[in-house]
Amino acid sequence: MLSFELSEEQQMIRDTVGAFAREQIRPAARAADESGEIPAALVAQAWQLGLVQGPIPESLGGNGDTRLAMTGALIAEELAYGDLAIAAHVLAPRLLVFPLLEMGTDEQRARHLKRFTGADFAAGSAGLMEPRWDFDPTAMTTLARHDGNGFVLDGAKCMVAVAAGSETLLIWAASAGSDRVDGFLVARDTPGLSVGEREQNMGLKALETYPVELKGCRLDAEARLGAEGVADFRRATSQSRLAMAAMGVGLAHAAFDYARDYARERKAFGVPIATKQAVAFMLADMAIEIDAARLLVWEAAWRLDRGEDAHRESYLARNYVAASALKVADNAVQVLGGHGYIREHPVEMWLRNARGLSAIEGLATV
Amino acid sequence: MIDFEIDPQTQKRIDLFHTVAEQMMRPISREYDEREHEKPWDFLNAMWAASTAPGGDPMGGGDASGQGAVKLRNVYTVATTEELCWGDAGLFLSIPNAGLGGAAVMAAGTPEQKQRFLSPFRGGKPKWGAMAITEPGCGSDSAAVTTTATRDGDHWVLNGNKIFCTSGWMAVEKSEGFVVVWATVDKSAGRPGIKPFVVEHGTPGMSVARLEKKLGIRVSDTAALVFDNCRVPADHLLGSPEVRREGGGFKDVMATFDATRPIVAAMAIGVGRAALDFVREFLAERKVEIRYGLSPRRLSTVERDFMEMEVQLKAARLLTWRAAWMLDMGMRNSLEASMAKAKAGLAVTQITQKAVELLGPLGYSRRYLVEKWMRDAKINDIFEGTQQINMIIVARRILEYSSKELN
Repeated sequence: MLSFELSEEQQMIRDTVGAFAREQIRPAARAADESGEIPAALVAQAWQLGLVQGPIPESLGGNGDTRLAMTGALIAEELAYGDLAIAAHVLAPRLLVFPLLEMGTDEQRARHLKRFTGADFAAGSAGLMEPRWDFDPTAMTTLARHDGNGFVLDGAKCMVAVAAGSETLLIWAASAGSDRVDGFLVARDTPGLSVGEREQNMGLKALETYPVELKGCRLDAEARLGAEGVADFRRATSQSRLAMAAMGVGLAHAAFDYARDYARERKAFGVPIATKQAVAFMLADMAIEIDAARLLVWEAAWRLDRGEDAHRESYLARNYVAASALKVADNAVQVLGGHGYIREHPVEMWLRNARGLSAIEGLATV
Repeated sequence: MIDFEIDPQTQKRIDLFHTVAEQMMRPISREYDEREHEKPWDFLNAMWAASTAPGGDPMGGGDASGQGAVKLRNVYTVATTEELCWGDAGLFLSIPNAGLGGAAVMAAGTPEQKQRFLSPFRGGKPKWGAMAITEPGCGSDSAAVTTTATRDGDHWVLNGNKIFCTSGWMAVEKSEGFVVVWATVDKSAGRPGIKPFVVEHGTPGMSVARLEKKLGIRVSDTAALVFDNCRVPADHLLGSPEVRREGGGFKDVMATFDATRPIVAAMAIGVGRAALDFVREFLAERKVEIRYGLSPRRLSTVERDFMEMEVQLKAARLLTWRAAWMLDMGMRNSLEASMAKAKAGLAVTQITQKAVELLGPLGYSRRYLVEKWMRDAKINDIFEGTQQINMIIVARRILEYSSKELN
């Protein structure tokens, strides 16, 4: 039956992660954006929340938590309320861990998941995007072809988060001569795989991202995620799109709160600017768009949790969020006027970060 | 636990109403748009018979009989409203029931008044209830009404002009219905002096001056009413005649909007879905595929437009369901109701305009219903609080400003 109420457990997780985002992530966000570095202590603290290792089965050293896309969406939104770049960094290992949990063979899970059950942050990531203006997950140009008992990968990836520190990368590639897209577990020191120089982007500057090149990269048969025909790329894409969408809602919410508080304080012509309809209506519109976006994310997550692939829903939700978060962030800069343009306030950073939402696929998964 | 599944009883009713919309409303939709103000009596009688039958299904305010089985009554109302407005929003508005007048009685009346004024809606001939608040000189600023009510012995005497009274003609002249008229008993008191009066059909001094000719929802009558020394018994004033600073009549009418705004949002969504479904089928017949999942940079304009229409409609629906659900949970929902109304009214106005554009000359042609849906959709951006009024309500809530601080 229809309900818009979180479960007690979800409410608790949301509160815990939200408090961490407000108290720990937010104060570190500007310095991380300027320096391009996230303090190791902050990453370690985030790791303690158990967002990556929680759903790993107890038999493999994890907590064996139930993994729900809805809970994942709540976590992603709250973290990104603190900062999108830091959120994407701490959630990046999920890009490897969650597909392994869902689609990996027992052997693959046993081999790769242990590394993520320790006390310290372990980098892990996936290569999905390709450095093309019209990159499209349904028209992947990174190809995997059968070669003897194994595979050979050729192609190029970009925006691979925390790739340099990852021992293993999950590389998504199309099968030569078919429509299938499979994931491949590739050790970073595999000959033929090279991680390039760290990318320099407009926003998300605290997030390390790298280009990854694959040239005749030869892999064992066991490198393919799951048994033949098992890896569900559509579902994996839905999950990563939804994570991006949830993070976009968090960013928009942050920008709205900041602009609203500013507009109540800032006076012009002797009154707070929020008492002027021109400003008040912008804020009202922002509030409506954020709620609408969040509900679209929740509905898609609910479908994923029911076992549907929610391909259309997560795609539409992500597109909606990408547009509305950008608009909200832009409005936030506008509400602050000249002050919004100055790096003393965070809204210009949020505008740069929001622009990335429509350009990027898969920096995290739910 | 977050859940987007509609309960089975409501779903059953939705399916039933879809059949009504498809088989009884769509076939006469164009005809009664063209014949403006003529009433499709067969349809209206059938709807009345269905709603007054035991276990029947009253739409609109006032009558809650037969609804014991549905737990989320407001969710039920918005879901079924969407379905009927998918059929035809003007016909939906024309269905005989206590309507907004009934909602006002429910919000402001005593138990005895509810029984007295609403029980006739449980049987007999088809009846309409209506609400008259807007005047030639005041619309959104409804606290500025100039219609007066003066006490004279055991009666109140009403004088003034009301306009934009939905189903006012049906309530006053075409059935044994009633109109709830908002009038001031004490001009110097401002808002607290504004009180609701039930004026029954055939009361001397009340007359229909004209019916408005409109852009859309043409089958639904929008009446201008004149009150000229119109005498109503003292006990037709809903609630207490006492003029108090806090609470009382006017606040009650505002409270009814918390329940009716999600319904208007749902009306918009029904019209928007009609247009969306039409465009989807139209494109499918012409082998135009909507490719979900592609890079936005590889989509055609038509695909982009269609997806935008689809997701905007869904966003509006989710906001609307939330507002209705909150009411069912006993939560205060003024903010969420206005969010839903502002979003749905605008989104569906744009969706239906885009639908006309996408179909080119075929969209503009009266051969199809798309142009009608565009005309019908627009009312939802206006009545029950214009988009701008709802935006101001949202703004006040999020900024924690009073109506004095933000106006």
